[in-house]
Amino acid sequence: MTQPLHGFLRDAPLFPPRASEMARDIDFLFFSTLGVLIFFSTLIASLIFYFMVRYHRRSPNQVGRQPQGNTMLLETAWIIVPLILTLAIFTWGAQIYFAAARPPAGAMQFYVVGKQWMWKIEHPSGKREINELHVPRGQAVKLRMTSEDVIHSFYVPAMRVKADVIPGKYTMLWFKPDTVGTYHLFCSQYCGAEHSHMVGRVVVMEPTDYELFIAGAGGTGGTSSVASGEELFVTKSCNTCHRPDTTARAPMLWGLFGKTVAFHDGRTTVADEAYIRESILNPAAKVVSGYQPIMPTYRGQLSEEEIIQLIRYIQSLKPNAVDGQVR
Amino acid sequence: MSTQTEFVIPVEEAPEPGDHYLNHTFGLASWLLTKDHKRIAILYLISISFFFVLGGLMAVLIRLELTTPEGDLVQPDIYNRLFTMHGVLMIFFFLIPAIPGVLGNFLIPLMIGAKDLAFPKINLLSWYIYVIGGLFTFYALVSGGVDTGWTFYAPLSTTFTSTHVMAVALGIFIAGFSSILTGLNFVVTIHRMRAPGMTWSRLPLFVWAHYATSIIQILGTPVIAITILLLAAERLFHVGIFDPKVGGDPVLFQHFFWFYSHPAVYIMILPSMGVVSELIAAFARKKVFGYHFVAFSSIAIAVLGFLVWAHHMFVAGISVYAAAVFSVLSMLVAIPSAIKVFNWTTTLYKGSISWETPMLYALGFIGLFTIGGLTGVMLATLGIDLHVHDTYFIVAHFHYIMVGGAIMGYMGGLHYWWPKITGKLYPKFWSTVSALIIFVGFNVTFFPQFILGYLGMPRRYHTYPAEFQVLNVMSSAGATVLGLGYLIPAIYLIWSMRYGKDASDNPWGAVGLEWETSSPPPVENFETPPVVTWEAYEYHESTAMHSLAPSSRGSYRVG
Amino acid sequence: MSADLAHHFDSYEQQAKSASLGVWVFLVTEIMFFGGLFTAYILYRSKYPEAFIAGSHQLDIALGTFNTAVLICSSLTMAMAVRSAQLGKRTAIVGFLMATILLGSTFLGIKATEYHHKWVEHLIPGESFHLDEAHLPTHHGKPVLSDLPTGIVGESRADAPLSTAPRSDLQAHTQLYFFLYFGMTGLHALHMIIGVGLLVWLLSPSSKGKFDADNHNYVEGVGLYWHFVDIVWIFLFPLLYLVGRHG
Repeated sequence: MTQPLHGFLRDAPLFPPRASEMARDIDFLFFSTLGVLIFFSTLIASLIFYFMVRYHRRSPNQVGRQPQGNTMLLETAWIIVPLILTLAIFTWGAQIYFAAARPPAGAMQFYVVGKQWMWKIEHPSGKREINELHVPRGQAVKLRMTSEDVIHSFYVPAMRVKADVIPGKYTMLWFKPDTVGTYHLFCSQYCGAEHSHMVGRVVVMEPTDYELFIAGAGGTGGTSSVASGEELFVTKSCNTCHRPDTTARAPMLWGLFGKTVAFHDGRTTVADEAYIRESILNPAAKVVSGYQPIMPTYRGQLSEEEIIQLIRYIQSLKPNAVDGQVR
Repeated sequence: MSTQTEFVIPVEEAPEPGDHYLNHTFGLASWLLTKDHKRIAILYLISISFFFVLGGLMAVLIRLELTTPEGDLVQPDIYNRLFTMHGVLMIFFFLIPAIPGVLGNFLIPLMIGAKDLAFPKINLLSWYIYVIGGLFTFYALVSGGVDTGWTFYAPLSTTFTSTHVMAVALGIFIAGFSSILTGLNFVVTIHRMRAPGMTWSRLPLFVWAHYATSIIQILGTPVIAITILLLAAERLFHVGIFDPKVGGDPVLFQHFFWFYSHPAVYIMILPSMGVVSELIAAFARKKVFGYHFVAFSSIAIAVLGFLVWAHHMFVAGISVYAAAVFSVLSMLVAIPSAIKVFNWTTTLYKGSISWETPMLYALGFIGLFTIGGLTGVMLATLGIDLHVHDTYFIVAHFHYIMVGGAIMGYMGGLHYWWPKITGKLYPKFWSTVSALIIFVGFNVTFFPQFILGYLGMPRRYHTYPAEFQVLNVMSSAGATVLGLGYLIPAIYLIWSMRYGKDASDNPWGAVGLEWETSSPPPVENFETPPVVTWEAYEYHESTAMHSLAPSSRGSYRVG
Repeated sequence: MSADLAHHFDSYEQQAKSASLGVWVFLVTEIMFFGGLFTAYILYRSKYPEAFIAGSHQLDIALGTFNTAVLICSSLTMAMAVRSAQLGKRTAIVGFLMATILLGSTFLGIKATEYHHKWVEHLIPGESFHLDEAHLPTHHGKPVLSDLPTGIVGESRADAPLSTAPRSDLQAHTQLYFFLYFGMTGLHALHMIIGVGLLVWLLSPSSKGKFDADNHNYVEGVGLYWHFVDIVWIFLFPLLYLVGRHG
């Protein structure tokens, strides 16, 4: 419904809310560069206006006067100065960008799946939400995201960050909210007919309220991810080869997550979400040293959500007391 | 004042009725089968204007829809087709061909003292190819259009849309060849067809700008061509180049796409910068300050422009180190543009500045391009782009460059050379008024969009939160003014072709080979081929000015 | 076309130099055009080396080598045609053009045969694509694909013999290889067809004696184009036919 005139005059902000330290940093950078912009634009505009009037043609046949002397100094100056300025701005911006790519240790791990045209979000506890993300204030929040179909982008203006959400791989976004409130969540990569409706809310709550939220009803709740993953592990017959008591048929998964794995061609990698996902979808790509490439692929048999549930389950597997070694 | 040079400019002199390129032959065939670069320029003028109007109508509908937060004017998928087609038509069928096709075609042979371009038949072919590409796209438009955005990202465009992607892609593919052939023609012409004495250092900056543009057209356009073929193959055969389910990479599409599309924006702005150099020189009656710096800055922009494409992909999951490299390079590419702005402004110092309409457009360009360009530096800044990428901040940025910059330059050039092209003068009152209306309308339209972008309003949104409405209404109001502003020149320029005062050879008292011949020029451009012995923009008091009296038109030798 | 000087040129020399520069600029655009496909090739080959080995081994190396020789010879006859045009030797031009046409057509004929083979073997990308596992390459009895990712045969680092278990991803990635194979050789063949067409077009004016020392731009231009198409093939052949082939 359209609001009456006085309604939207009252609610017409010129500046978005700020809900994190990084948002503050980005605003500072933005306004500083804006200052540079205003300085140079005003300088050029003023000079133009001044010259227009001061040197306005007085008679139809009048020509301009050519400059005398060495112009090289001026030319060099206005190359060097902008160069220094822009490189300084670059350095500042790069610092923030690199920080945005490095979530702090201990950040809460959320999972997000974007699909036309909704956001499916899962809390560390397993609680699920659609188009809404409730987070506790004062805690770093890390989102691991993928798409089920086209490229989307997860954008929270109040945190000043976004990251594209791409089918076939995981991308990451983190922020640390420091102000309680409700903020916009937008999809900011055009994704088809209902792109403008792929919106939601990020709700920052006091930590105690967040605990209550997690414990209570609301969101789409239901079985936790880990439990669903465990169920899949059995129904998809992963457990016929991957067993906690023997490594004869398949590499040990208990205690695997986070360890370094060696492959028969000499390469190694850390067992993280991307590695587990690849092993499920393309098991022949990296075969663990000493094993045969007999694991079948599950491409086409699992949805992105199910893959995430399996990853959560495998993440939860602690080293077995009998055989704690990872080969 | 006593040290100012005086020279005689027969501004009010009645021109001789003569045989020129417009009246030499008549009939539709003499136009559609012409090999005269001047007539081909007119053909381009008509066709690009058609697409500009079409693209503009879409913009009107978009802004109309966006006056209210709800999607109440058109359905979402119609809206998506509107902004897609607006982008496709404006970029590929207006901005890229406009200045090279109209002004470049008309003026480059004149400016270098040649009779025509190196390959006149290929020039005509370029126009036909452009028209055919346009027809395919027009067909796609009337059949319902495309809804992928002009950027056609995979996998949306390859797998998830059922609209006329192939027809539009084909139209763009074909039009690309027009761009390539024009670039090829200009490069060979500038290398091989310069009149005796017209050295590279004496070339008008307009020519330098088009040379740089042509380099980009030649090197970049084939890459979008192959990208479109890959897109088509993926769409038709589902082979998996961009499909992650079978091992492809959707982000690869973005790399291919932007490898052309970023240099493409320099195709759109460089010619306009060339125009501005000419306008500043003519209406300050001074050589452009730092001629060599301005000339080489065009080449620098062309080269550096190929090295920055991934600054469109900072949040697309590329490595942070790659992002840093592209950010630095994007900062570097801003420097040559800054060089131009500073040199143009300095040219005005101690100039003899006229307030004629073309000059108003040129000065408007400098101001608006400075703002647009500096917002580009902000976008190249990684930390800022995190927040404003894919928001209205980007939309405002590129419209400041393309409309506040490129189109203003085009309008200025069109007004400046109108007497040369048509032999007629346009009414000064209306041209001044419309220039001011356009300037005001433009800023009211697009400045609020910077604010909207920082607020977080994403682009390509059909509906939006209510708190964004005021700024959107402001923007739409500005768009109405801007549209009116463009309507007025359309009317008086056409009017002037019949009812305007006749123009002399050199109504502005400018220096340049194009002003050494009649308005309009004869078919072969010059009655006697020129021999050049003076530098570009020789308004210098110590140079004996070549007389512009008709009796001496037989000789262009200075002395 | 004729030995006349076009109206907008001042001299034969200016006309010839313009034509020559024009053709070179055009060839630069062609390099950029093919370049996109080469880039895609490089990226996917480094990503899926085993699929590229498998795909490459399905090609007929004898036919490919023969075709390469044919094309190199055709560049020789083309160069002779250009030389004859410079000297204005009417019969020689026609003769060498015909020889080039013959060799070019031979190339195209063999290419068509290869494409037909691929059709029969279900290696055309699309619904019916299927790589026959029995045709996977071997070396001294051991499956080549046991080594990843260098693709260097004989460097088996595994102690235990590996089985050639079916890998469904291999099908998808080999299909990508064949898409690039058909895309690159198809685009090349299209350029060859156009080239042959241009050569046929030159026959008539050549036989009428239109070309001489002053004016042989068209022959030289087509010659440059022909050499370019040849060079593209020189790159395509090893990249497509010789992946993982040793000894």
